Amino acid sequence: MEILVFLVPLALMLGGAGLVAFLWSLRSGQYDDLDGAAWRAIADDDPPPQEVPAKR
Amino acid sequence: MQVTRDFSHYVRAAGAGIQHIDLAVEGVHCAGCMAKIERGLQAIPDVTMARVNLTDRRVALEWKQGTLDPARFIDRLEELGYKAYPYETESAEATEVAESRFLLRCLGVAAFATMNVMMLSIPVWSGNVSDMLPEQRDFFHWLSALIALPAAAYAGQPFFRSAWRALSNKTTNMDVPISIGVCLALGMSVVETVNHAEHAYFDAAIMLLTFLLVGRFLDQNMRRRTRAVAGNLAALKAETAAKFVGPDEISQVPVVAIHPGDIVLLRPGERCAVDGTVIEGRSEIDQSLITGETLYVMAEHGTPVYAGSMNISGTLRVRVSAASEATLLAEITRLLDNALQARSRYMRLADRASRLYAPVVHATALITILGWVIAGANWHDAIVTGVAVLIITCPCALGLAIPTVQTVASGAMFKAGVLLNSGDAIERLAEADHVIFDKTGTLTLPDLDVTNAADIPADVFDLAGRLALSSHHPVAAAVAQAAGAKSPIVGAVEEAGQGVRAVVDGVEIRLGRPSFCGAEALVGGVTLDPEASVVAFSKGADRFILSVRQGLRPDAQAVIAALKDRNIGIEILSGDRESAVIAAAHALGVAEWRAGVTPADKIARIEELKRRGAKVLMVGDGMNDAPSLAAAHVSMSPISAAHLSQATADLVFLGRPLAPVIAAIDSARKALHLMRQNLWLAIGYNVLAVPVAISGVVTPLIAAAAMSGSSILVMLNSLRARSASREFV
Repeated sequence: MEILVFLVPLALMLGGAGLVAFLWSLRSGQYDDLDGAAWRAIADDDPPPQEVPAKR
Repeated sequence: MQVTRDFSHYVRAAGAGIQHIDLAVEGVHCAGCMAKIERGLQAIPDVTMARVNLTDRRVALEWKQGTLDPARFIDRLEELGYKAYPYETESAEATEVAESRFLLRCLGVAAFATMNVMMLSIPVWSGNVSDMLPEQRDFFHWLSALIALPAAAYAGQPFFRSAWRALSNKTTNMDVPISIGVCLALGMSVVETVNHAEHAYFDAAIMLLTFLLVGRFLDQNMRRRTRAVAGNLAALKAETAAKFVGPDEISQVPVVAIHPGDIVLLRPGERCAVDGTVIEGRSEIDQSLITGETLYVMAEHGTPVYAGSMNISGTLRVRVSAASEATLLAEITRLLDNALQARSRYMRLADRASRLYAPVVHATALITILGWVIAGANWHDAIVTGVAVLIITCPCALGLAIPTVQTVASGAMFKAGVLLNSGDAIERLAEADHVIFDKTGTLTLPDLDVTNAADIPADVFDLAGRLALSSHHPVAAAVAQAAGAKSPIVGAVEEAGQGVRAVVDGVEIRLGRPSFCGAEALVGGVTLDPEASVVAFSKGADRFILSVRQGLRPDAQAVIAALKDRNIGIEILSGDRESAVIAAAHALGVAEWRAGVTPADKIARIEELKRRGAKVLMVGDGMNDAPSLAAAHVSMSPISAAHLSQATADLVFLGRPLAPVIAAIDSARKALHLMRQNLWLAIGYNVLAVPVAISGVVTPLIAAAAMSGSSILVMLNSLRARSASREFV
């Protein structure tokens, strides 16, 4: 059962990493436009070279 | 005079040398629109960012300071085929967005904790029947506590706060039993863990919070979405006013940027966007949107004008007395305050349910404890069993029963063109059994229409429509729109107060007053609607008469018939003259009507119906309707309504047809039925689970299974509200 010493902190760390990732994505506005994001994933790349990439 | 468009009110600085503006855009539906708009705008030099939000139908734009005029973006979008207008986030919407984010954060924390605690609980449950050492079990319980306690303290905030507010107002709501249940479950589990006991309920408590937060978040998201749509519609009305920025120079500025004391110019055919007093000029104005009266009123020096009035004939200078949403007739404001106070006494179905529910559950738990002590159990075991009763009865399904139905039903209503202003409107709308319609702007369309277009040869009507394009008069605008005219006639001359004339192929054509066209003889000869404005059209020696009036909504008759089928009482209360109201009532087959009604009379009529036990749905649009909208059990306004009425109404419907009224009633009835069904499902689950809990054989495993089972059942049942909007008139 010594394996628990590794497994339990590992599980908590993975869970915590998931939570931090979720909070980060929420803060960076990734849930503001769910309908748009669904389409952006399959949109063509922007062709004009002079374009400045959209940032949020 | 020089006219410029000034949007500087909406522009804000976004960091070093960058300016930012938000635009509401109409007609964005798909990825194609999104790409088209973004590319179209980014092609403008010096634009640093253009990003479409497809959910809220908005565009965020940033550009290098001082290089571009925001009006250019609106023109560019117009070229691309989209109507756009600057948008300013109202404080109400900002609050909804912040609240929605907070709930999502709470939900994330609670869901994370549930998953991890569950991961620790399953080995304990299986270990209890196989071979787990007590030390290992304690270790797992302590770990669960480590995760669940801080997570519950954070994610439980929405419930604890709401419960505290209710208790400090000496009432109860659904959140009181939830908070008590969660706190007791966590507290008991800590005590049990300290005492090396077999069962701990960390998983049940945190799972309960997760499920309830799902319900809360759905509810909040629905409200946020409605606010966003309503905000866009308000922005796209593009209410501007011509403000004097110099003695002879005017600027077209958004209404929000106008302050009391400013002087604005009101030209013929324009709708006034502010409240104020006339300081110069003489004109007829149409106040039907405010009073319901369709006869024009004379405005001259000193006459007060209200937002929503249409200027008909002359040009007026108006001194603004208050900004867009503020003052009104004092009488209307006073009536409105009284009526709103009365309405806030309505108790939601959920609160009524919890008022019955909480005492029963708490009494059952107490009786269980005492019963076990009397039966000879020790205090510790008795209390553990009592808390188990509280955990298993915790209103998980009850908390989801109503918000899930509300979310699904409001989505269905949204598709039918109805926006909800308040969450409990669905419940109140479902109970409505008597509908009061206002006439002007509600049963009739807010804009004018040519009623006898069929009697006039098509080519003549087309020509009249093209000539009408050269006039600013609202009646002419109606003729132009009815004829579908696109290209104005070159060289047309407008004679103020008379009409327009032009020469086409050597023949003179005229449109305007009958006397202007030499058609007085015709007016007496034709039996025309007494309510209509009469316009004459002459082409050479031919004379025609056009009758222009506010037409009924296209499907008004069908909607009235459908309401009758549903056994709903109907009446018309209008501030307009008797002859106008009779005509509408006859056309629609409504037996009960009253004309020339004041706002106070309308409220008196609603009170009278209330005393007879009727639940009144008021449908109205005028400013004079606002108090009665608030006084009625539930109320609806068309989107063209005056600001105040729209803000007061529980529901707002879009578009020209009246059908959304029926669709909303049907959706609401179905939704209420499902809410009741869900409450019964939740109660049924409790009836099954409580005896098990009282007998003291509940383990955390049973609690978890029962809780998730009942929640999923209730959610699935709620999804049935989706089909509600399909039964149309």
